[in-house]
Amino acid sequence: MPNLSTDVIQGTLDLLILKTLSLEPLHSFGIARRIEQISRNVFKVNPGSLLTALQRLERAGWLTAQWLDTENSRRARYYSLTRTGRKQLDVETAEWKRRAGAVARLLNAEG
Amino acid sequence: MARQLAHGLHALLHPRRADSDVSDEVRHYLDQATAAYIAAGLSPGQAARAAILEVGNPTAVREEVRASGWEHVVETTLRDVRYALRRLRRSPAFTATAVTTLALGIGASTAVFSAISPILIEPLPFPNARRLVTVDDRNQQGVPMAATLGTYDELRARARSFDALAAADRWRPSLTGTGEPERLEGQRVTFTYFGVFGAEPAIGRGFTAADDQPGAPDVVILSDGLAHRRFGGAAASVGRTVELDGQAYVIIGVMPRGFANVAAPSAELWEPMRERAADFSSRAWGHHYDVVGRLARSATLDGATREIAAIGRSPVPEFSRPAWANLKQGLLLRTLQADITGNVRPALLAIVGAVLLLLAIAALNVTNLLLTRGAQRRAEFALRVALGAAGGRLVRQLLTESAVLSLVGGALGLGVAQLGVRALVAASPPGLPRVDAIHLDGRVFAFALALTVLVGLTIGLVPALGSLRADAGGGLRERSRGATGRRGRARSALVVAEVALALVLLVSAGLLLRSVQRLVSVAPGFEPSHLVTLQVVEAAGAFNSDAARLQFYEQALAAVRGVPGVTDAAFTSQLPLSGERDGYGYEWQALPAAKPGDDGSAQRFAVTPDYFRTMRIPLRSGRMLNASDKPGAPEAVLINESLARRLFGGRDPIGRRVRFGPEVGNDRPWDFVVGVVGDVKSYTLAAPAPDIFYVSNGQWDWVDDAETLVVRATGEAAMLAPALKRAIWSVNANVPIPRIETMNALVAASAGQRRFALMVIETFAIVALLLAAVGLYGVVSGSVTERTREIGIRTALGASPADVVWGVVARALGLMLIGAAIGLPSAYAASRLLATMLFGVSRLDFVAYGGVVAVLAAVALLAAWAPARRAAGVDPMIALRAE
Repeated sequence: MPNLSTDVIQGTLDLLILKTLSLEPLHSFGIARRIEQISRNVFKVNPGSLLTALQRLERAGWLTAQWLDTENSRRARYYSLTRTGRKQLDVETAEWKRRAGAVARLLNAEG
Repeated sequence: MARQLAHGLHALLHPRRADSDVSDEVRHYLDQATAAYIAAGLSPGQAARAAILEVGNPTAVREEVRASGWEHVVETTLRDVRYALRRLRRSPAFTATAVTTLALGIGASTAVFSAISPILIEPLPFPNARRLVTVDDRNQQGVPMAATLGTYDELRARARSFDALAAADRWRPSLTGTGEPERLEGQRVTFTYFGVFGAEPAIGRGFTAADDQPGAPDVVILSDGLAHRRFGGAAASVGRTVELDGQAYVIIGVMPRGFANVAAPSAELWEPMRERAADFSSRAWGHHYDVVGRLARSATLDGATREIAAIGRSPVPEFSRPAWANLKQGLLLRTLQADITGNVRPALLAIVGAVLLLLAIAALNVTNLLLTRGAQRRAEFALRVALGAAGGRLVRQLLTESAVLSLVGGALGLGVAQLGVRALVAASPPGLPRVDAIHLDGRVFAFALALTVLVGLTIGLVPALGSLRADAGGGLRERSRGATGRRGRARSALVVAEVALALVLLVSAGLLLRSVQRLVSVAPGFEPSHLVTLQVVEAAGAFNSDAARLQFYEQALAAVRGVPGVTDAAFTSQLPLSGERDGYGYEWQALPAAKPGDDGSAQRFAVTPDYFRTMRIPLRSGRMLNASDKPGAPEAVLINESLARRLFGGRDPIGRRVRFGPEVGNDRPWDFVVGVVGDVKSYTLAAPAPDIFYVSNGQWDWVDDAETLVVRATGEAAMLAPALKRAIWSVNANVPIPRIETMNALVAASAGQRRFALMVIETFAIVALLLAAVGLYGVVSGSVTERTREIGIRTALGASPADVVWGVVARALGLMLIGAAIGLPSAYAASRLLATMLFGVSRLDFVAYGGVVAVLAAVALLAAWAPARRAAGVDPMIALRAE
């Protein structure tokens, strides 16, 4: 049940994951923490949605995953961007900026 | 897309690994979260709780992730199917009843659909088959009969509505000179014949106008089948010379394999007509030509009908007409399809109606079974809803269950259909058109499948919707309440409908049964028992004169009379009820008070004198034919009594002079009426007896080269056949004997179409009765189960077992009576479909309706029997404690 104040805005989770992974490969918990940190806890990631999204993005060919040892020497699934994933990030970034700009203009006009 | 598929397939094929991948992920996430909380300073226990709080129920998360792939839908469906199969296996009685019911309903309707499709639905296998028509003449009574070649010539010259017209006549040549002599079935056709059907030979050439001139050379066209059977293939046969009836014919063409001449299905070869309607004495003015035509693109059936009617009313000098083909009664134009299927149409439509009723009953029955089962499972559903199962998921599961049920039923139904089609073809009445085109094909399979799915969804929906409406608490409460209410009423209504539909089928079967009984007890005008008949035909050129032929028949009779067990024997040119017809015109000399229509046509029976004694046809006045009626003597004729009564009233026809035969109107010598004999139902048992002239076979214009030997035996007539054949072959070893039948078999075959409809509808009616009985039993038994407590209380309060039993029986009878009240008027309405097949019974026949109600009452009692005994055995203490 989406709670807008804490949950990721619907439809932006994919973009946030791609962006996060463009910096470095991460495991799922790392992705969640990174999104929360960078957004200064504005966004809270639901683990179920995150794992579902990761599975979907992997199937779309934008991510690859491999099991690696973590810093505290446990095995974890590390996700990294593929080349098509990078392209998709550009596309979605541009799209998001276009929309955000439009929303901003509307809000300014009203304000 | 491909990756989606690959991942999905991977997950499907390796469910455990995919599952463990996901759960590893979730567990890892949890671990990392716990580690993070510990790093933030919480104790391990607090950290674990906090992590769980953040992540949520790991199983739910796992399910959420798993549910996102497409393979999940496949998986849950498969799981539903497995679950449905398990549930169905666990209640074998329910499953067997439901699947059998569905298989019967679907199988029967598929079989019937397959059987009627090529006859009633599909167009005939010719280009623009809807424009193919047939033209028939009518006799004085207005009954359709074959046209004359003269009429064909006139229509061809005058009518504008046709692109092509053609005439055909039966031709049965003997093939000799190559291997075994064989009598072939063929047609003598005008050169336009194949053009009408839009067909032409695959190899060689068709007939031309030049081939159709009188005196043109003997040429023949073969069917592909005959070319392969006798002449080593189509290509090898064209150009060969073959001997037919002792004449050398050149094979000029072979028809394509696919050419199915529905108008004459058994014809295998064709020769050009080469006849002209020169004068009234010629054969061309006999009524034995089938006229077929192709309507012009601009013409309609109605327009063409009006045109030929106008032509019939307005003779022109160029086309003079004899009295027996004056077209005064008008001509009959029908589509070829209507013509060849017209006879069987009523029977087939009745069967279609019957099978639809059966299907409806089957569907009602399965719905009823599912409803009963749904009621039993309400508690289960309520429990599952209470435990958090989604309503939509339950409905999906129920629909899966009924889909599985109907698919299994449908699969078995196809088996039933296969058997059914075979049974229908085997039992089909002689003369059913296009029997060889009947088969189970892809479209029929699609029909069955669509039907299956439709029935499955329909019957699935009722309990599914019911379970949705059931709120959890209500369902759980109801379990201990034994509610009847809405559900019980719905089931009762279904059973009432079943009874009503079954009654319609039963009454139809009853009316047909009574008709067939009436029909076979019709006196045919002769005594059919102990009669065996053998058709004897002359092989080509065996006898080269009428005298030789006559001598053969006499010697054959003498030989046959020597066979032990034979009491009487005779030859006849045509056999009653065999389908043979051979009519000629007659005109009387100085008939008193001649009325129009007095000159007409009648059937010709050229017989040996003992024919009447053999057949037991009674003499009404005058004398029988005898040995003195031989060639050269004054020609004696016998006429049938209704003809004598119609023409002469009370006056004695003996000694009257009449001209009868192909040369009426010329200087033909007069025949003398020497006697009057009883009427004979020569066409069919249901049709009125035709007018018949009997002549001595030696005194006719020719001696027929095919006659039928009728033999009366002291014992079982059929047993004599081998000895009779040997006797005939002892006289001449080369005569084929193509048809051997007992007269009883011909009588039975005459009722064949009704018998066929009766057999099919009777079968359906019995199945319907069984289904209705099962439905009735289900409802009554269910209500006893639900009212066990009430019955217990009643018994405790002093109700006797008889009261209890009566209560149950009254319920069954009540349902039956309501069904009957609805069914009886429906049955009367439905009997209109049967009207043309009823014979000698009214549509309101009391015996049929009364009998059916009695049968239904008996079945209702039977269905109530076991539940009533169970109810009577209810121990009040146990019933009350069970709560």
